[in-house]
Amino acid sequence: MSNDIFVLVEHHGGAISETTNELFGMARGLAEASGGAVVGCLLGSGASSLAEGLAADAVLSVQAPELAAFVPEAYAATLAALVAERDPRVLLIANTTVGMDVAGAVSGRTGRPLVAYCSAITVEGDTLVVTSQVYGGKLNAEVQTASGAIVSVVGGSAPAASGGSPTVETVAPPDLSGLRTTFVARVEAQSGDVDITGEEILVSVGRGIGGEDNIELAQELADALGATVSASRPVTDAGWLPKSRQVGKSGRKVKPKLYLACGISGAPEHLEGMSDAELIIAINTDEKAPIFDVAHYGATADLFDLLPALTDQVRAVST
Amino acid sequence: MKTLVPLKQTVDLVEELELNDDGTDVEREYLTFKLNEWDEQALEEALLIKDAVGGEVTVVALDEPDADQSLYGARAKGADRAVKLTGDFAAGVSSHARAAILAGFLESQSFDLVLIGVQTPEDLDGQTGVILAGMLGLPHASVAVAVEPDGDALKVTQEMGAGVTHQLRIVGPAVVGVQAARAAPRYVPISRIRAAMQEGGLEQQPAAEVEAVSGLTVRRMYAPQSSSHAEMLGADADAAAARIIEIIRERGVLKV
Repeated sequence: MSNDIFVLVEHHGGAISETTNELFGMARGLAEASGGAVVGCLLGSGASSLAEGLAADAVLSVQAPELAAFVPEAYAATLAALVAERDPRVLLIANTTVGMDVAGAVSGRTGRPLVAYCSAITVEGDTLVVTSQVYGGKLNAEVQTASGAIVSVVGGSAPAASGGSPTVETVAPPDLSGLRTTFVARVEAQSGDVDITGEEILVSVGRGIGGEDNIELAQELADALGATVSASRPVTDAGWLPKSRQVGKSGRKVKPKLYLACGISGAPEHLEGMSDAELIIAINTDEKAPIFDVAHYGATADLFDLLPALTDQVRAVST
Repeated sequence: MKTLVPLKQTVDLVEELELNDDGTDVEREYLTFKLNEWDEQALEEALLIKDAVGGEVTVVALDEPDADQSLYGARAKGADRAVKLTGDFAAGVSSHARAAILAGFLESQSFDLVLIGVQTPEDLDGQTGVILAGMLGLPHASVAVAVEPDGDALKVTQEMGAGVTHQLRIVGPAVVGVQAARAAPRYVPISRIRAAMQEGGLEQQPAAEVEAVSGLTVRRMYAPQSSSHAEMLGADADAAAARIIEIIRERGVLKV
């Protein structure tokens, strides 16, 4: 086994993702502790120039027409071949859609262990010690695993690093002729409905709102405040509000002046999308809900009492 | 189209999670379990495909707490077959072991598509669907928000974040991790589930003996200690509302 720390370089449209740079930030300390190098794995088609500026010592560049866009099957096959041949100490993958698709598949293909939802990682001799966020962020698990593991890392776990000048080694792709997946199109965000990223005040509802009919309570408060109603994932998945209103990892990142979180527990994926808001006020009857760790103010009052009370009081001071 | 939907019972996160005596896992004995919410989305997508082009939907679950309820619930919604894989799963089953058990089951099945919830709240060693795809060497896609038949293939819409989606064309058999179905999961009244239970017809077979281990050892689990915490305004609605008004006026958010 080598002591190198591998990082999957995620890129779209010629731009390196922010989470990739965070992985390089995390990899540097690990490489120093294990006595290896930081090595980027750059998969693409004619994209090897993206290696320039990555905070890595070396970049393994695998270029093939089949890797021109993100095709999960092609990425998994290529990465599996790469780790089987080079045997890195760790392969770090961001917990994005790409990461969720690739990490498990590479683990399944190679038999290497996988630790998901990592927020911190250290090296102890031959052992890796990883802290993972499980149960919707309600618990942390400290796990140990043998070297050689694949680790998928949640966003914001390390400061981003860039500005290196790695050496670039071109690696031949594995046989990708039998792929059964074809990339058809990348569809950019639809405009149309409101753009919640531009709103100053968001009244954001989560699972605690209980049902589609209760959205009205949040809408009335939003109307009184001159705000917009947004939501966490369970609400948009249930179809109570359109997808364009979703805040979080798979939705939009927002930074309003006021984020009023109503019945949102605060899963890590949600916090990723709103923790930079200037003022966060959370309402949740569960006093242990993780949302209170990022909120500035919190109330454990019942949503169905507090929302109408707030609406009344806002109206009272506004008239 | 033959679609297979694995269902998993997961801890209900609304509940207080207590740790076991050595602090390495949640104490499962007294917890309530419910169908993984993403598996419910996967089932709905499978039923939507069946509604559109016909075919067969099979749900399969390990014999975990209240699995019968979920399997019969799926039958009541329109699943054609429900299979329970028996064995001793009281200590919990890692994603790798679950994937290996499902791989064993799939050996005896003909299928075009496996639709599975993209994740569960306890996927410490990764997401079962993609691990399964890796073990079987099948094409896969995660975080799918639409899976539609497209001639002899599938059109899969994959959510990439920030409103961006990717469209893939996949020739099955394939494994797709569903984030959300194209429609909210259909509702069936409890009376229909009870009727399905009375009708019976749950197939049972022993789960494959698997050697797959996750390779992870949990040293400890603990509630995260945050460096910061909200200033709490209490549980009284009117008092909390009054304080919130004060705060947002002070901050200039409410400009009156």
